[in-house]
Amino acid sequence: MTTTTSPATATAPARPATPSTPAARVRKRLNSPAATIASILIAVLWTVPTFGLFISSLRPEDDIKTTGWWTVFGNPRFTLENYQEVLFGRSASSGQLASYFVNSLVITIPSVLFPLAFAALAAYALAWINFRGRDWVYIGVFALQIVPLQMALVPLLSFFSEGVSLGGVTLLPAWNLSDEEKFIQVWFAHTCFALPFAVFLLHNFVSQLPKDLMEAARVDGASHPKIFRSIVLPLIVPALAAFAIFQFLWVWNDLLVALIFAGGGNEVAPLTVRLAELAGTRGSEWQRLTSGAFVSIVVPLIVFLSLQRYFVRGLLAGGVKG
Amino acid sequence: MTLVRAAAATAAARTVPGAGPPRRPFRPALRTVPLEALMDFADEAPKLLMLLYGLLAFAVVVGGLLLLLDVIPSWFARRREAALLAASTATTPGAPARSTTPADDAGGVPPPRRRRSVVNRREGGLALFFLLPTLLLLTVGLVIPAIRTVVLSFMDGRSENWVGLRNYTWMFAQDEIFRVLTNTLIWVIVVPLVATSVGLVYAVLVDRARFEAAAKALIFMPMAISFVGASIIWRFVYAYRSGEYEQIGLLNQIWVLFGGEPQQWLQNPPLNTFLLIVIMIWIQAGFAMVVLSAAIKAIPADVVEAARLDGVNPWQMFWRITLPSIRPALIVVVVAISIATLKVFDIVRTTTNGNYETGVIANEMYNQAFRFGQTGQGSALAVFLFVLVIPIVIYQIRNLRRQREV
Amino acid sequence: MAVQSRRPRQALAIAGVLALALGATACSGESESGLDPDSPECAPYSSYQGHDGESVSIYASIRDKEADLLRESWSQFEDCTGIEIDYEGSGEFEAQLQVRVDGGNPPDIAFIPQPGLLARFAEAGKLKPMPADLKTIADANYPADWLRYATVGGQAYGTPLGANVKSFVWYSPKAFAEKGYQVPTTWGELIALSDKIAAAGQKPWCVGLESGEATGWPATDWIEDLVLRTQTPEFYDQWTTHGVPFNDPRVVNAVDEAGRILKNPKYVNGGYGDVKSLTTTAFQEGGLPILQGQCWLHRQANFYANYLPEGTKVGPDGDIYAFYLPTLDPSKGKPVLGGGEFTVAFTDTPAVQAVRRYLASGEYANARAKLGNWISPNNKLDVNNVTQEVDKLSMQVLLDKSAVFRFDGSDLMPAAVGAGTFWKGMVDWVNGKDTKSTLDFIEGSWPK
Repeated sequence: MTTTTSPATATAPARPATPSTPAARVRKRLNSPAATIASILIAVLWTVPTFGLFISSLRPEDDIKTTGWWTVFGNPRFTLENYQEVLFGRSASSGQLASYFVNSLVITIPSVLFPLAFAALAAYALAWINFRGRDWVYIGVFALQIVPLQMALVPLLSFFSEGVSLGGVTLLPAWNLSDEEKFIQVWFAHTCFALPFAVFLLHNFVSQLPKDLMEAARVDGASHPKIFRSIVLPLIVPALAAFAIFQFLWVWNDLLVALIFAGGGNEVAPLTVRLAELAGTRGSEWQRLTSGAFVSIVVPLIVFLSLQRYFVRGLLAGGVKG
Repeated sequence: MTLVRAAAATAAARTVPGAGPPRRPFRPALRTVPLEALMDFADEAPKLLMLLYGLLAFAVVVGGLLLLLDVIPSWFARRREAALLAASTATTPGAPARSTTPADDAGGVPPPRRRRSVVNRREGGLALFFLLPTLLLLTVGLVIPAIRTVVLSFMDGRSENWVGLRNYTWMFAQDEIFRVLTNTLIWVIVVPLVATSVGLVYAVLVDRARFEAAAKALIFMPMAISFVGASIIWRFVYAYRSGEYEQIGLLNQIWVLFGGEPQQWLQNPPLNTFLLIVIMIWIQAGFAMVVLSAAIKAIPADVVEAARLDGVNPWQMFWRITLPSIRPALIVVVVAISIATLKVFDIVRTTTNGNYETGVIANEMYNQAFRFGQTGQGSALAVFLFVLVIPIVIYQIRNLRRQREV
Repeated sequence: MAVQSRRPRQALAIAGVLALALGATACSGESESGLDPDSPECAPYSSYQGHDGESVSIYASIRDKEADLLRESWSQFEDCTGIEIDYEGSGEFEAQLQVRVDGGNPPDIAFIPQPGLLARFAEAGKLKPMPADLKTIADANYPADWLRYATVGGQAYGTPLGANVKSFVWYSPKAFAEKGYQVPTTWGELIALSDKIAAAGQKPWCVGLESGEATGWPATDWIEDLVLRTQTPEFYDQWTTHGVPFNDPRVVNAVDEAGRILKNPKYVNGGYGDVKSLTTTAFQEGGLPILQGQCWLHRQANFYANYLPEGTKVGPDGDIYAFYLPTLDPSKGKPVLGGGEFTVAFTDTPAVQAVRRYLASGEYANARAKLGNWISPNNKLDVNNVTQEVDKLSMQVLLDKSAVFRFDGSDLMPAAVGAGTFWKGMVDWVNGKDTKSTLDFIEGSWPK
């Protein structure tokens, strides 16, 4: 029944400036508690597991393994040891979490920007430029989403390490990258893998833009690149922000691509590789993963919170009028 | 301390390309400090330099592309004018192309074969530039691997001999694998449905609420945790201890509070598959909420206002205004979650690794191809994934057609 | 000495930052560059010289603290020869190695713990055979029992590196002394002891089978140990190579024998509850109840010492120690189940060959053993250099002339069985499935 009551709270104060009807105000007052309770319920349900992990990450190893995290409220025993281990490491070669942190950033930023730009261009062309077969191109790109990453690793790796040759003729030489240069491979791989989803997401937003707007611009003599730059881009900022967030999360949390294309050394490997290593050779140190998870969650959360404001602005409403 | 180091490293990186006189003294200092102590600087500086190169490359590629796109249309426009001029001088519209070829085709571009294609080609050429980077990268990164996978699926485990359809008959003959296929179906039906519903309800509920940003961040948080991290969290929730000991898993604790015997949740099919599905829903609801919330905010205020003036109640408002307005976003969410679910891998791997009848295709594929050295069977499973996505693709095609008709 | 000075690096880094902040321009320190090849401490490395400046990449599954010990073990070799060893350890080693090899980007050297996987790469022509000089060293330093696991089609590909011994039962010497229990030397005594403890109202055995994606592997070790104890080593070889079917009645018999302990509610699971708790108890925690007096016997390899809490006294008169898992039929010899990893190469530059020769040498085995936590079948390894009590015991078992060593069967079988259905089958079996249909299922999954 909660859904019945919910839209009132959602839509009633749509425009704080416009005076809402008395009836709406009454309805709102009646429905608000139900809606509030429902939303709190979902929020609690969604937060409890994470909260449990957070509490666990602050408990001594023995306690984690013998008692439930909720017992901590009756018998508070906390330690920062888990965090200390994750941040500064026990083993000699691993004290450099900061270094892996930098790697993660260096990997993530271009891996978000490249697919964002390429997909925006492609999405525009697929939505608003008339050419034969464009629907099939779009469907093809869309369908590529299903290609499992795991199956693409070997061919892409051999593309980097052996180059491309056809019938004995080398079309593209091997890349032969070393150390820091390996970042390029990682960017390249992430960009490839992100494009189908990026094109799909952005195409949906771009193709929703009002046709009149586009046609008016065309009549005014604006070229496609001009329309793309001055009309489309500003209007799809929320979509760009949304994709940027998801791609950021994906890259930041990725382990598989990094393992293959970056390797495990601290010149290139990101945080996730390091955190996976924290489990120890035979997986014995998994309690360290609790604190590790929280160390790695901080940056994505900051990114989400800072990009979230782009969602607030109306997409179509603001656009048509503006 | 790390901050200081990073800042110093940034400074060091900046001095390399900039080489500004005031910062110059940093370099010799870096060289004379013991190498051991400077591992960090020595390590970080080239990375940040690399990042700089990456961003530079980004600026050059994207900027260059846009610049090129600005130049090309005018070039095309000139060509088009010339073509039109040529067409107007030709007497018969039926065969103008052939007759004008020698006179006008100085650029070496093949002549247009159909009347309409003059416009189409112009746009087509342009579109190609918009699409070029995407298509190139997709070919290398996904199209070739996809073709390779299909080819491998007809070969044996070592990819040496052709085996025809044997890998596919194997898939359906083994009870275990058949279980994997049905599990995947359960996943792909339940996850998009529930995750989208929860995300939608929550997005509607917290819309314009007082603590909206914070409330949304709570639901979003699982998304910020990796799949592996999320699975670890839920393994905690489902943890089992024998009845005579204190429970450490939340679910069993609650279960015991209500008088139940502690359960090995992850080992009892078919319930365990649904408990794994809960993890995926937990993660994906945040995605649904974010996209749908953005769509709800995009509903024009005047539409809402008009409806309200008409006196619709909230229930009607939701079904008649909100839902139709966000339909495109809903489709995006459902489709995206469906595909993510088809490919789900980390969750199953981290919690049960496909034991206890919880396997899904992507997991089994990875095991077969990379752990068991059965590349053929793994590839066949991957191809089956391609097949499963066909209904979604057809739905997209229909969608696209309808959109074009409007 | 790069590694020894690594620990204070943190402090030095702070110092370095401070120095920079204060604008100090010069301070001097030791450089990381190699030692003089002609210096006395480099004398043992003279035969590996001549590759200064080259680098060799090594890929393995060993990570974290143990990886640090590895790096430390060859640091002097690096300093003296100028060969730089890039070591990388990954938890995804087995799958990632295949991806890297298929992708044309293999490491120079890999430490492969599964002879089955090694054979796969060898048959695909990816591995470089051992050069003659290395073969000579290998034959001199390692027992033939071990070398044959790295020999495919008559061609030798690798040398053993580390080893472990799995046929151990952990127990508490203190608690045994208190209760007057004797360490059993025959299978009959072992069962009698178990019954005695059970009669006293305690569960004698504790078992942990949970190990993430590899859940079930400790149970496969049980089965292998019992196949070795109820049948001949030759039968074991046939079984692991599919010379006899996986579900041979003699194997059924061995599995049932294991079931008499593993599936006996009176015997398990000390400290954790009933039989159901076997598959949810992490293998790392499996034997810990022994320390709390809630469990008496725990069958696990020598490396279990690494999972004991810090400060636990391991030794014949300590908190915990291990005894050899007795045989059913002493007339069939003294079987020892174990495992280890093999050094193989995907490239064969002179520098790679130098590293391989070094890793196969007695000097290396002793250098690594001195750092602790490690044993090797290398017969040049001096037992006095082995640090831990239980490792010394393992060396005794390995070097025992009457012992018949056999490699962990699940590592010998094709991965689809040894790292797949065998694990899975064991989990189902412990949870109640009957022996025959479990083994039928595993047999059916053997790749044709």
